[in-house]
Amino acid sequence: MAPSSERILEVRDLVKHFALTQGIVLKRQIGAIKAVDGVSFDLHRGETLGIVGESGCGKSTLAKLLMALERPTSGEVKINGIDMAKAHGGELKRMRRNIQMVMQDPYTSLNPRMTVGDIIGEPYEIHSEVAPKGDRRKKVQELLEVVGLNPEHINRYPHQFSGGQRQRIGIARGLALQPEIIICDEPVSALDVSIQAQVMNLLEKLQNEFNLAYIFIAHDLSVVRHISDRVAVMYLGKIVELGQDAAIYERSSHPYTQALLSAVPVPDPEGREQRERIILQGDPPSPADPPSGCRFRTRCWKAQDICAQQEPLLEIRAGGHYSACHFAEEHDVLHV
Amino acid sequence: MKNPSIDTHPPADEVAQEPLLVVDNLHVEFATRQGVVRAVNGVSYTVNAGESLAVLGESGSGKSVTAQAIMGILDMPPARIPKGEVRFRGTDVLQLSEQARGQIRGQRIAMIFQDALSALNPVFTVGWQIGEMFRVHRGMSRRDANNKAVELMDRVRIPAARQRVNDYPHQFSGGMRQRIMIAMAIALDPEVLIADEPTTALDVTVQAQIMDLLAELQRESNMGLILITHDLGVVADVADKIAVMYAGRIVEHALVHDIYKNPAHPYSKGLLDSIPRVDMKGQELYAIKGLPPNLLNMPPGCAFHPRCPYGRPNCVTDVPPLYEISGTRGSACHYYREVLDGTVQ
Amino acid sequence: MSNDTLPAESAAPSAQPAKQEKPASLWSDAWYDLRHNKVFIIASIMVSLFVAVSAFPGLFDTVGVAPVTCQLAESRQGISAAHWFGTDNLGCDVYSRVMHGARVSIVVGFVSAVVTGLVGGALGLLAGFYGRWVDVILSRVAEIFFAIPSILGALLILSIIGRDNAGITSVVLALAILAWPMILRIMRAAVITAKHQDYVVAARALGASPGRIMVRHILPNAVAPVIVVSTINLGAFIAGEAALSFLGVGIQSPQISWGLMIADARNRFLEAPLPLLFPALFLSLTILSVVMLGDAVRDALDPKLR
Repeated sequence: MAPSSERILEVRDLVKHFALTQGIVLKRQIGAIKAVDGVSFDLHRGETLGIVGESGCGKSTLAKLLMALERPTSGEVKINGIDMAKAHGGELKRMRRNIQMVMQDPYTSLNPRMTVGDIIGEPYEIHSEVAPKGDRRKKVQELLEVVGLNPEHINRYPHQFSGGQRQRIGIARGLALQPEIIICDEPVSALDVSIQAQVMNLLEKLQNEFNLAYIFIAHDLSVVRHISDRVAVMYLGKIVELGQDAAIYERSSHPYTQALLSAVPVPDPEGREQRERIILQGDPPSPADPPSGCRFRTRCWKAQDICAQQEPLLEIRAGGHYSACHFAEEHDVLHV
Repeated sequence: MKNPSIDTHPPADEVAQEPLLVVDNLHVEFATRQGVVRAVNGVSYTVNAGESLAVLGESGSGKSVTAQAIMGILDMPPARIPKGEVRFRGTDVLQLSEQARGQIRGQRIAMIFQDALSALNPVFTVGWQIGEMFRVHRGMSRRDANNKAVELMDRVRIPAARQRVNDYPHQFSGGMRQRIMIAMAIALDPEVLIADEPTTALDVTVQAQIMDLLAELQRESNMGLILITHDLGVVADVADKIAVMYAGRIVEHALVHDIYKNPAHPYSKGLLDSIPRVDMKGQELYAIKGLPPNLLNMPPGCAFHPRCPYGRPNCVTDVPPLYEISGTRGSACHYYREVLDGTVQ
Repeated sequence: MSNDTLPAESAAPSAQPAKQEKPASLWSDAWYDLRHNKVFIIASIMVSLFVAVSAFPGLFDTVGVAPVTCQLAESRQGISAAHWFGTDNLGCDVYSRVMHGARVSIVVGFVSAVVTGLVGGALGLLAGFYGRWVDVILSRVAEIFFAIPSILGALLILSIIGRDNAGITSVVLALAILAWPMILRIMRAAVITAKHQDYVVAARALGASPGRIMVRHILPNAVAPVIVVSTINLGAFIAGEAALSFLGVGIQSPQISWGLMIADARNRFLEAPLPLLFPALFLSLTILSVVMLGDAVRDALDPKLR
């Protein structure tokens, strides 16, 4: 099913600063980690938005903000027009039915003391209005079947399943409340290579079946490309480039995206000596003290004075998609 | 099975010119509460000076256990090596005394690990830890060892090495810590470097830096490199040859270009086919069905047969030997010809 | 497994025909371990025996312990058919008194362990889960009690509350007041570990209430160390009761306690060792079996500690 143009999630100027404090009793703020610093995007019904970036870029904090597991410092997370960031109590709980998540580590994301039936059935216990008590067991078994597990295993415990099967259980739990949005935070990176493709196929199948919208967060760029309709690249708490998957992968215009793409090892040894490699120097700066102007300028080979003085805005530039670079220039790094 | 690179029994006159490191029919098993786990079942590979061998496999394939057996850092018990040899320059190191192995370990065969933070001691400065190699093995004074440490940190391109030599591991980023690990590993100019998932915990841009560094160090010193990984991309980038492991065995070994062009084992083929490709977008990915086998309860015959699209009745009964395809290539599949031709469906 | 919806999954390690097809929770795994542990079997038989004796001492004694059964004429006798463990200074039957003394030890031990487990466990759950000021207050209060040297503290507490109402309740109170902070700390640490697990985050994302998260997700995963320490504490409480009674601030005559019996017999130990040796032996056996039980439980619940 092709993504529609209906905006199901609108994120506007989302900011999350974690206060750095000093002192035990009288806490004094000495700074802030700017984990997410002004992020805006839309998600359409049935669409997959991939979010890539390296550790510390804020993608996991972004996931927590979208799930209302953290409260943003400022900004809006609107689901079907209602701001979740400001919702409380019963309203927030109702909104949660519409946005669920699949976590990275299938070994820690399932309560080891609960049976699979209890784990997948818990959403119905919390939101008892969704399914009457008598129906729950049947619903759980249906869900097990949907994610490709044996419904008879409803009374088993998580440790009796392998990593890939556990991830399926986590997906079933996320599906239970029939959400319209699912946040997938590195859903396959903890799995064995031969299992990753199975889970990817399952996610795509479910998307088509239930018209789900995914936010797909991952560091594996080839996996993101496979599943995403649009891709956002994050660096130090900001989106630096955003566009259709082909635009990002073939016509990227931000130097960071280009470096990231060139660093991804290509699973084909042909012509590896001639391949273009942009090796970035050093590590990303600390999000507690990001560089002025453009945050990437300290590692950028194009940096000029203006980059330190003026922050490049995320707007449509060379290549016809959103890019936050003063010197945005379309460039195909991968040549595929 | 006449294969120069994995020959199990070389004639005596060839021993003199044996490759740098030969793993020969190595078996490793672990005694656990549930029974004996045969983690490595007759693995053979060779590494020559200046050569990069990638050992590719999933968790539980035995790729790391093999490396630990080479290094002599397995806990024995519970581990046991019932059979096999690890010949380093013609000498079976498994037969050496602990003291003699200590002379090889870290000095002539070195290893770097996935998790650099836990491999470094948090209470000593990095300079002290790098310098220790020289103080212990070369009897250097503290001052000389410290200078050597700075030199090495420069060599692995840690910026401002002289200022940072007295910092502690937690003051470095993940990528920098991995460089420190590499500095320690190459300190005594080893002839073989084993890198066990060296970049798995790192971001792609940092991974590129580290792989670049490893390749450069290898060129400079002509080391043999064993790269243990599950990442098909990393292998394609750096390896000369590759050994694919599954359930404690090598199922295919080949020059890297050959295997990516045309794999000769259904498992390698499945792995390569399951990589998302641009022209496959929106389509279902090829997925190897099923799950890796339980080492406590291995399927009979070919360990891959329950997941294999080519499986035939004799795959269930006969364990396939590593058939020789060419001088540099072998596949442990009864039907490797059909896999290569793509004729079996 | 044959009718698995996804044929791919049929090779699952868990799907191998298991020894028992019953779903195995971690608790039942631990129970399985325990049942196959010789130490546990021996210890639990001994503990059950002591519990039975303390529940129905009348079934086990031979003469009874009423004052009329004591014959001054038979004082300080050795082992005989009538008096298996001999008689004490007042001519009372030592065997019967040892049987009746078991009740105090067992009751004090179990009640103190349960009270500290519940109080310390509940407060530790709150402190660990809510953190911030709840944690600060509870932890500081616990530290104050933690700082009191145990025997000295118990002496002090008993000399205040136990002066007029000496007995089991006062002893339990004295022991529990000093021991709950340890349980609080253990529970708090376990809760803080469990609180950051992904499955708790997942439950929050589902909209689970704090109460549900505590009861369904955190408690079952944090309670194991408390059970282990409480079992081991049981032995310490039994020894503590004996010590306090021996010192004269615990159980008072005419109630019977092993500690009290040892205290009474200590002056004439050389002439009549039996009235001291038998209660001491039973005290040691009880503590030993309880500590063995604690070890076995620890091994079963936390194999990492082995």
